Amino acid sequence: MKKLRVWFFAGLTMSVLAMSAQAQQPLKIGFGMSLTGPLAGNGKAALISMQIWAEDVNARGGLLGRKVELVYYDDQTNPSTVPSIYNKLLDVDKVDLVVSGYGTNVIAPAMPIMMQRNMTFMALFGLNVNSKFNYDRYFQIMPAGPDPAIGWTQGFFDVAMTLNPKPQTVALVGADAEYPALALEGARAQAKRTGLKVVYDKSYPPNTVDFSPIVRAIQATNPDVVFLASYPPDSAGMVRAVNEVGLKTRMFGGGLVGTQFAALKTQLGPLLNGMVNYEAYAPEVSAKFPFLEQFLAKYQGRAVKEGVDPLGFYLPPYAYAMMQVLEQAIKATGGLDQAKLADYMHTYEFDTFVGKVRFAKNGEWSIPRMLTVQYHGVSGNDLEQWMKPGHVTVLAPSDYKTGAVLAPYQDNKK
Amino acid sequence: MEFPTALVLNAIVAGLLLGGFYAAVSVGVSISFGMLDVVNIAHPAFIILGSYVAYIVNERMGVDPIVVSIVLSPLFFALGMLIYRIYYLCFEKRGQESLRGLAFFFGILFITEVVLLLVFGVDYRLVETAYSSTTLHFGTVDFPLRLIVPFVVALTMVVGVQLYLSRTFFGRAVLAVAQDQLALRLMGVNPIRIKEFAFALSIATAGVAGALLIVIQPVQPAIGREYIGLVFAVCVLGGMGSIWGTLLGALILGLAESFTSTFFGPSWAPAVSFGILLAALAFKPSGLLGR
Repeated sequence: MKKLRVWFFAGLTMSVLAMSAQAQQPLKIGFGMSLTGPLAGNGKAALISMQIWAEDVNARGGLLGRKVELVYYDDQTNPSTVPSIYNKLLDVDKVDLVVSGYGTNVIAPAMPIMMQRNMTFMALFGLNVNSKFNYDRYFQIMPAGPDPAIGWTQGFFDVAMTLNPKPQTVALVGADAEYPALALEGARAQAKRTGLKVVYDKSYPPNTVDFSPIVRAIQATNPDVVFLASYPPDSAGMVRAVNEVGLKTRMFGGGLVGTQFAALKTQLGPLLNGMVNYEAYAPEVSAKFPFLEQFLAKYQGRAVKEGVDPLGFYLPPYAYAMMQVLEQAIKATGGLDQAKLADYMHTYEFDTFVGKVRFAKNGEWSIPRMLTVQYHGVSGNDLEQWMKPGHVTVLAPSDYKTGAVLAPYQDNKK
Repeated sequence: MEFPTALVLNAIVAGLLLGGFYAAVSVGVSISFGMLDVVNIAHPAFIILGSYVAYIVNERMGVDPIVVSIVLSPLFFALGMLIYRIYYLCFEKRGQESLRGLAFFFGILFITEVVLLLVFGVDYRLVETAYSSTTLHFGTVDFPLRLIVPFVVALTMVVGVQLYLSRTFFGRAVLAVAQDQLALRLMGVNPIRIKEFAFALSIATAGVAGALLIVIQPVQPAIGREYIGLVFAVCVLGGMGSIWGTLLGALILGLAESFTSTFFGPSWAPAVSFGILLAALAFKPSGLLGR
């Protein structure tokens, strides 16, 4: 009997020790992120936001009583590296949760793995990725709305149709890559919806050096509206070429990635005047984004030190919000059960630094909130001018509208 | 398909300007790979290094990036000498230059990228010059100074290299190394010293090409990889070791890209360019001006 009691207490002690050891194990969240390659500037800014979130959570005592640890690898902005990164995270690093890297190009190749492993997958700025997969545990933090194929370009085309007289023709152009291809797909649907005749519809290789032949070819078709979907290096190249060639059209822009960040804003400066593009935030409507101030206070100082996007208006708050959604779902469900997490995220609304977030059935925002804006009055290349109101008119959605579009494009380049 | 005169003229001008820039980035490979048989796969990394050096001096002192690159070309020359010396001692001298030498240059490519990444971060950098936003118009033809200035500098550099190699004693010695190293040794000349000099010259051209690049488009540390295929294609199309061939090949690829983008759609441009390369090699395997 005495022996039995000794064994019982020994067993109990071991179990308690094992449980406490597990409680001390960090809760690992894994992801790939573009830390080198064409989208590294954006990827690094997102990473810093996620690190700030992890520090905040750990300062509050962690999640489920465990410290949070971010396990990440550089995907080099290269989709082919993504499957091996997520396999390693799940099989070797044994992470508890995964989230995506930045952008459609690296989210899409992770999807088959997530579906195979039944993982709840929170994605950062993927455009319409789930339309082909229909995965019920996919969630996406970019406010493109429940129908991103159409919603992403809706603002641009709605604004175009307010021009007087109404435009008749549209030119569509974009890079040969995942995001521009999906954006152009949406733009074609929009052209059909609005009755615009497509007079130019071509894509270009991402490593194009001189864009002026493309702009001249577009000009030769004399379109009323030009829609461009591009990544940062080609956004810069196209904007320069459009200014050099002197593109004459009534409205230009739409889906340029990069001009939301300080680097391209300051480099292109006045060349952006007259262009219509999308933004997640503008100082002109700061009153409608009171929640963002808390984030910017945390982010901006750190970003300057780390040499990444010092504005933090576009991607960084959403990277933080993505982690807030996960945090709130884990706390509410009290565990890491992937099915329960997904169910919770489908059912409830989340309070984040980008405002209230509720997901639609396909994992996208239930209401679109991306702003369609027009740049004007930009002079010189300093950053300060972008931090205060005065250079952006919000054209859509109507709840955020601050003015009407100025057309034609070439007459409003001041 | 219509070919309006204005579009054709603009396509020719844009193609020539682009081709001039392609010649500048490829001439160094023509020397190292074409003449010296050194597969310097890291050449684009030195171009990007040149971009960043031009950028940092321009940002701190306001000096034009192209002027910076010319003034600092002796530094790139010295860097080239150092790298060739290491390559020679570690690989070429031991007869291990083929595969291990290739790995060496791959290593240099990655190290250069990582160092640039650590020092400058991941954002795109661009230099705004006084001429960047100016476009001259003659009739219906546009001449953007952002491309004209790099074109003139590129042409001057390529012609200068060709004249140096063909008209000076040391230049001829470089050509002799390309043809027959053993014969050179028999005549009492040290081919290693000449190869060291020629390789250094190729790296100096990369420094200047880097400054041209950052005037034309934004640069980030890993962007050089996009030029690896192009520089070797230009070099092979023009003919290994032929500087005039490099210029001709670059202009042809520039024109092909410009015409395809203007009249048939830019996504066809790489297919047309590499189609031209394949066709040229099928009829003349040594390249257009290769021996």
